[in-house]
Amino acid sequence: MKRKVLAYPYIVWMILFIVIPMFFILYYAVNVNGQFDLTKFWDTLKDGGKWTVLVESIDIALKTTAICLLLGYPIAYILSGMKKSVAGFISVLFFVPMWMNFVLRTYAWHAILEYVIPGVRGFLGLEGSVLMVLVYDFLPFMILPLYNTLSKLDKSLIEASRDLGANSVTTFLRVVLPLSVPGIVSGITMVFIPAITAFTVPVLIGNGKYHLYGNEIELAFKSLSGQGDFAVGSTLSIILLISVLVSTLIMNHFDKDQQTGGQMW
Amino acid sequence: MVKKAAKSLKYVYLGLMIFFLYIPIIYLIVFSFNDFGTGRRVSYTNIGAWKGFTLDNYANIFTGEAGKALILTLEIAAVSSVLATVLGTAAAIGIYAMKKRSRNLILNVSQLPMVNPDLVTGITFMMLFAFVNGLLVRLGVNQIGDVPKLIIAHVTFSVPYVIFSVMPRLRQSSGLLYEAAMDLGCSPSKALWKVVIPDIMPGISSGFIMALTMSLDDFVVSYFVSDLRSVLSVYIYSSARGTRGVNPALATVIFIPLVTLLLVVNLRRLAKEREYEIQNKKVKLKDKGGNLK
Repeated sequence: MKRKVLAYPYIVWMILFIVIPMFFILYYAVNVNGQFDLTKFWDTLKDGGKWTVLVESIDIALKTTAICLLLGYPIAYILSGMKKSVAGFISVLFFVPMWMNFVLRTYAWHAILEYVIPGVRGFLGLEGSVLMVLVYDFLPFMILPLYNTLSKLDKSLIEASRDLGANSVTTFLRVVLPLSVPGIVSGITMVFIPAITAFTVPVLIGNGKYHLYGNEIELAFKSLSGQGDFAVGSTLSIILLISVLVSTLIMNHFDKDQQTGGQMW
Repeated sequence: MVKKAAKSLKYVYLGLMIFFLYIPIIYLIVFSFNDFGTGRRVSYTNIGAWKGFTLDNYANIFTGEAGKALILTLEIAAVSSVLATVLGTAAAIGIYAMKKRSRNLILNVSQLPMVNPDLVTGITFMMLFAFVNGLLVRLGVNQIGDVPKLIIAHVTFSVPYVIFSVMPRLRQSSGLLYEAAMDLGCSPSKALWKVVIPDIMPGISSGFIMALTMSLDDFVVSYFVSDLRSVLSVYIYSSARGTRGVNPALATVIFIPLVTLLLVVNLRRLAKEREYEIQNKKVKLKDKGGNLK
């Protein structure tokens, strides 16, 4: 028996359940009730409202990512400077919430904003409240890659920089920050992509009054009107996939630039 | 002075952030002891007004749909993670023995479920099953039910994690072991079973744990895949949107075992590191003693 044969069941599985399903997005985008039909596809593309929601979602996802980075970087930096055993223990505290059902936690935020601190809700507004809960949900996903990168960073480089006369601010800006770019990039992708597609947070926090792009897709597929909306949902998903692909390419490009730049130091 | 202030500022910041992350969890645990009233149709929506202490919420936590959803969650997680581990380990061994081009092709396709947004994975499965069930109806055969659908979906999104945690172990282990076993008279399957599998066991077990947590943690894919019966997270979502709300005691029931598990694992690691440190110190002391002589 050749060892290659062991992979065959998986290859069949992969074709059936990874490759073929992807084509269903294309199939249903141009197919209404079993017939080739482009009208829904074009109508969805021409629907200005959908594009407005997409721009709004990208905007809120960018804000979420930026705030997560600003809050998470200091956390990862402080943790990486601590004694290994202490840092390991505290970092577990940061990652435990990740494993607890996020629907339940979002539901709790809804109750807190509704009953305990309605003032905050009034102050933040609907969009601000959604943004805060998104930051809450994704913060650990930013800290994790940053912490991994920063804790592996060679400490002697920092000492060398200090010995050569750089103060701590210069050392941070010119040594630590450039070296942590891979962590920043993977943190950004881990937050930005799920944030664009988040649909539970707007539903639970916004009481159905606030829509993001994920909700448009969810409604297209999960509404009671049946299969006809598959066309709309598929078209919206194609747009989403393209946006995600473009943003990933931009991030990868940025990462590569920094790496080649880093080698010159 | 300044250094001390900076250090305490660090701890204050970490403390505040940890508090921020635990606010909703603490809130749910506190209100899990709240009296929401009695009766067959208790409503948990009034989760802001403290009406007195009770343990009732824990008594009826697993009655009705929540209990069924929890059992289904555990079943799906167990079945799908075992299947994913077997399928993924076999795949990793097979892919590793392939030529570079086909290996790269398969590995790249396998990354799709990892980089795709959950939402897209969910709807592609939804459309696939809708299409297949449509065909089955026309043929007059039974449709695929929610449980097989959920298992297929969960296996698919967790297999890549198994493959990518077994693969590095295979690279580390020497291919010579497999050859040596066969030279010594093992059949290929026996060599795999007795030599290769034990060698990559750490990768297999971490892949299994990944698959298990991915399955337990999933909401989005399950939500799109299932119609009538579904896992706990989908139950929580639909009742959170509904008029009855979610029993906050569910939070405690999920949270306490999780924290205990993580703390035990971590404390054991801490203890090991501490032991290691002490041993190192002893060795150093001995060295010093030797030098003195």
